[in-house]
Amino acid sequence: MKAFGKVHKYGDNVDTDVIIPARYLNTADHKELAAHCMEDIDADFVKNVKEGDIIVANQNFGCGSSREHAPIAIKASGISCVIASTFARIFYRNAINTALPILECDEAVKNIDNGDEVEVDFDTGVITNKTKGQTYKAQPFPDFMKEIINAGGLLKSLKK
Amino acid sequence: MGMTMTQKILAAHAGLDKVEAGQLIKCKLDMVLGNDVTTPVAINEFEKAGFSGVFDGSKISLVMDHFTPNKDIKSAAHCKQCRDFASDMGVKNYFDVGDMGIEHALLPEKGLVAAGECIIGADSHTCTYGALNAFSTGVGSTDMAAGMATGEAWFKVPSAIKFNLTGKLNEYVMGKDVILHIIGMIGVDGALYKSMEFSGDGLKNLSMDDRLSMANMAIEAGAKNGIFAFDEITKAYQDGRVNRPYKTYEADKDAVYDAVYDIDLSKIKSTVAFPHLPENTKTIDEVGEVKIDQVVIGSCTNGRMEDLEMAAKILKGKHVAKNVRCIVIPATQKIYLEAMKKGLFEIFVEAGCAVSTPTCGPCLGGHMGILAKGERAVATTNRNFVGRMGHPESEVYLASPAIAAASAVTGKISDVSEVL
Repeated sequence: MKAFGKVHKYGDNVDTDVIIPARYLNTADHKELAAHCMEDIDADFVKNVKEGDIIVANQNFGCGSSREHAPIAIKASGISCVIASTFARIFYRNAINTALPILECDEAVKNIDNGDEVEVDFDTGVITNKTKGQTYKAQPFPDFMKEIINAGGLLKSLKK
Repeated sequence: MGMTMTQKILAAHAGLDKVEAGQLIKCKLDMVLGNDVTTPVAINEFEKAGFSGVFDGSKISLVMDHFTPNKDIKSAAHCKQCRDFASDMGVKNYFDVGDMGIEHALLPEKGLVAAGECIIGADSHTCTYGALNAFSTGVGSTDMAAGMATGEAWFKVPSAIKFNLTGKLNEYVMGKDVILHIIGMIGVDGALYKSMEFSGDGLKNLSMDDRLSMANMAIEAGAKNGIFAFDEITKAYQDGRVNRPYKTYEADKDAVYDAVYDIDLSKIKSTVAFPHLPENTKTIDEVGEVKIDQVVIGSCTNGRMEDLEMAAKILKGKHVAKNVRCIVIPATQKIYLEAMKKGLFEIFVEAGCAVSTPTCGPCLGGHMGILAKGERAVATTNRNFVGRMGHPESEVYLASPAIAAASAVTGKISDVSEVL
């Protein structure tokens, strides 16, 4: 499986309140949530994001509230993958459980700039920066997590 | 190599004699929690996956606390969905307006969580129950759905940071100040993926309300869980609340920690976290002139009896500053009733405070005290992220109930000494 898209880059400690503000948590509808994705950190995100695009961020992405509405909004907005130096642990679980592909790769984060075009190969963990002609290697998932992602999320893997 | 408190509880719930940091395990759950924001997403997933029943109706708690009393039609629909699910599935611990409380104050109060148990909740502050010597951690709605269906969850066994507490807090300094001090010291990802384990001789000087507010904010340091050693204070709290047998756990003498911090409680000063991260802490003497528009005293962090008593002690016979709104929110119905009987409401209302029924409300910018552009609040809550309490250009300063009450009187962030 591969992802390819333009990068939307953010800094440290992107919290789930800015990914999807609580004022929109009165709905669980994926499309409605996507319409407000990243609203309090990047008001133009929804306007600019295209199917397949990639979010790249520094340390502790997804910290704060456990709201699964955050990975849901990101995925429904068209984002194909999130690459960060580190993820907050609940967001990490939620992304795996909802089959939103995420990768930890500090080297990629340090070298990728906003607007770069990037390809991600999930089988090998190789991230290719097409704009800069560089490649980076991310940590592959443990097999157990790969099974959850390949099944399409935790509940689907439990039902197997 | 020995195990930490957390590792021992996880091993026991995985049916293993021994676990090591980094190991992936599956644990049996003693309680699965959700609220009115996270449960609807869990129910959708639960139903979509085709599950028809829950593992144990007595080990699931659904608490309608975030947008209740319902703030709009959509929130009302969410609560209705939860209510119907609880009824259909035989979920015994369903708490709605009139008997609810903020989940992390309510579950310990009702004895639904206890020492040695393994608990997940679809709310990040589920780590609160570590104050009781339990392993409890926040998860998302899908984990909650899986937990409700199977009674199990997967975990990566965490390593730990140990906090060895000694000494005694000074007057008007609270558990909240200790945890803000610690987050300021180690940062918002200082305990990422790890346990924060609290023990030491100083524990005997920390009340259960102090411990609950400290464990509550372990997540603000990125921790998987916070946990306190069990002692006479824990036992006294659980007596009469927990009517089932429970086990207590202490760390092995040779348990290995990533770091050990010695914290002398007598050296901790009142601490304030500036926008927009809980790690941006300053002690009260470093704060300077910060004018405020609103004060919120409440939340799963600081809406308990001792918190309200502290605020009342400071507000008694005084008045909230002109153009400042002070909102007091007792965390549960029981606390509400006790505060009323003790005359605290009279003090608050005479001081010009609004007293609300229990709700998470303003803490997450839901309702009951939203900030306009450019406004500032001092809050006893747990997060001061961008837009947390309202407009993205509003500001939240985190503090103890003592500092919040004093600040309400002066209209700027103030130490208690400025008003007493």
